[in-house]
Amino acid sequence: MELNLWAVAGIVAVGLATFTIGFRSARQASTTQDFLVARRTVRSRRNAAAVSGEYLSAASFLGVAGLVLKDGADALWYPIGFTAGYLALMLFVAAPLRRSGAYSLPDFAEARLGSRQLRGLSTVFVVFIGMLYLVPQLQGAGLTLSQIVPGVPLWAGAVVVAVLVMVNVLGGGMRAITVVQAFQYWLKLFALAAPTFVLCVLFLRDGGAGGVGGTGLAAPLPPRFTSAAEIDVSTDVVLQVREAVLLWADGAVDGGRTTGVVYWGPGEHTVLAGTRLRFAADTAVPVVEGAPVDNATWLRPGSGVGDLFTTYSLVFATFLGTMGLPHVLTRFYTNPDGRAARRTTLHVMMLLSLFYLFPIVLGALARIYTPELLVTGGTDAAVLILPLKVVPGTLGQVLGAVTAAGAFAAFLSTSSGLVVSVAGVLSTSNGGRGRVRDFRWASVIAGSVPLGIALVLPHGDVSISVGLSFALAASTFCPVLLLGIWWPRITWVGAAAGMCVGGGLVLLSLAITTVSGFTGGWAPAFFQQPALVTVPVAFLCVFLLSKATASKVPPETNRIRMRMHAPDRLGFIRDRDTARWGTAEERSRLANGRHRR
Amino acid sequence: MTDGTTQPKPPRPPRRKRVVLADSRAPVTVLRTVLELEEQTSWAEEVVRGFIRTQFWTAVKLALLVIGTLGALPLVFFLAPGLSGVTVVGVPLPWILLGIVPFPLLFGLAYWYNVLAERHERDFVDMVEK
Repeated sequence: MELNLWAVAGIVAVGLATFTIGFRSARQASTTQDFLVARRTVRSRRNAAAVSGEYLSAASFLGVAGLVLKDGADALWYPIGFTAGYLALMLFVAAPLRRSGAYSLPDFAEARLGSRQLRGLSTVFVVFIGMLYLVPQLQGAGLTLSQIVPGVPLWAGAVVVAVLVMVNVLGGGMRAITVVQAFQYWLKLFALAAPTFVLCVLFLRDGGAGGVGGTGLAAPLPPRFTSAAEIDVSTDVVLQVREAVLLWADGAVDGGRTTGVVYWGPGEHTVLAGTRLRFAADTAVPVVEGAPVDNATWLRPGSGVGDLFTTYSLVFATFLGTMGLPHVLTRFYTNPDGRAARRTTLHVMMLLSLFYLFPIVLGALARIYTPELLVTGGTDAAVLILPLKVVPGTLGQVLGAVTAAGAFAAFLSTSSGLVVSVAGVLSTSNGGRGRVRDFRWASVIAGSVPLGIALVLPHGDVSISVGLSFALAASTFCPVLLLGIWWPRITWVGAAAGMCVGGGLVLLSLAITTVSGFTGGWAPAFFQQPALVTVPVAFLCVFLLSKATASKVPPETNRIRMRMHAPDRLGFIRDRDTARWGTAEERSRLANGRHRR
Repeated sequence: MTDGTTQPKPPRPPRRKRVVLADSRAPVTVLRTVLELEEQTSWAEEVVRGFIRTQFWTAVKLALLVIGTLGALPLVFFLAPGLSGVTVVGVPLPWILLGIVPFPLLFGLAYWYNVLAERHERDFVDMVEK
């Protein structure tokens, strides 16, 4: 892929806009309240745009279209789960959590259950989930930049994103990134909506799938190359072939070295990393192992018992995991009151529903136009390369630039949210006062450690590690939040045990998946998405151990519960931070000031 | 709600405040009941517990509604594979049921919950203020 100057310009523009908007808002941020919770006065519409802006990460922007291209109907559960998670958040968590007056998940745990140890444990898990989420974002940024500017090393994109995020967060904390993220939601929506409309029109003008030489999406045939394709295989793959193909290969294929024309009969074929394959136009596309081979199968939901289990596990993880994601929850503390928190969630659901229509359509179009991605399995790139495949020339380049810029906005906004939430937790933990200086130090740590990890670790599939962080959040914080808010008899011992057991099981399955990935992939797909088992186990643990340690129920429980649930008009909200943060002068200024915008 | 002009620059003396000892508009009974809630009398505890229960069961009912509709879909497609072949105006049924329908459904439920929860809160405040 040659250098697309339009795309470079698009990315630079997004970077500059992010920096400028962040810088403008940062000048108004001076107090601890600004840095950690934007003074708790962000109105629900803007907050909703910011929540969505931060939530729509690389996994949503690039991953959903890629998964639709690869897995078809089964992949539609990702956007459903990502949206339904907010319904669960709204039904059970949003308003009471805001009214608890806490400013982070560990703070909630301490406020509700009165235990410093539990706070420490929650801090560990928040940091861990944050890292697990942040690393793929940075790696994705590296991948995107190296796709657009050939010759740029993989680490460059990650470094650019990390530096930009840290500058903004250092400058203005939550206050600065709220505006940035709200802007980035609309940018991302535009960056998918505009190309989708144009590409759909062009697709229909060209006469549909048949007109461009692809396989119809309902046909029981494999997809076909619409033009001659040259593919560099960068990781070892096993390919499934349904229709015999003739291809040209240079490298290790099926256990021997070849340079020249190869005939592949129906069956499975192994290709090792470093091999170059060339296919003529109109040949059937070999599909990477584990994905449906022909379009008719792709179009139907999976029919095996394994598919059913994986689907339910995924839905479970996303439905219950969203409420445990630290960067999502941090935003809810910026609402003025519980009612606003609920309204924010409602807006978020509307904004997300609007967004997710587009990656689904793009994924389906990619099945026709860019089936070559199925050979390497690197389907995350679908959104980026699709425009140029549909319309070669300037229009394609401009549209490609728009999607590339949107992808960068996705990396930036999600990373900002994660860095702010992790930094907020770090700077207020361990006896820290949450001074602005502490926060700045913490954000340097929260930004540079994941950057280091991202540079060292090999690249994985964005959606898999994001899926695992949902599972981790669902198995650690979800039981504590749900039972903490609604069940009076929870104790800190129970909560801690549930978090350790649930989190431990997810980490164990993460380890098993990783080991199996290096030693031939023997672990069943269940270990990639274990939430269906780990979440109930975690709930059970919290329940049983709380019952067993009934004497440890905090004496204040009833009062705390009343504060969490009593309507805002009665005025029971006590923000825990005002008593501990900042100076007397800062507080007197906050007492009668309003958020400016 | 931009009031950028009224916000003074950081270094400035504290603003003058009006101190009101008793607001004649607020009925005294409200204060008393709110105090009673704060002090956790047995009456207050009972009332609050009832209110929390109402909110909880509303949320649970709506969650069950989602689980019963969306959550049943994978099982339906598993048990009745023939359904996957049905097309509606050229689009296969699974893609309509999974790609389009869930989003308005989820938003509608969220909207409904918002209305219900706010109504319960209003009722609770009314009851407390009576």
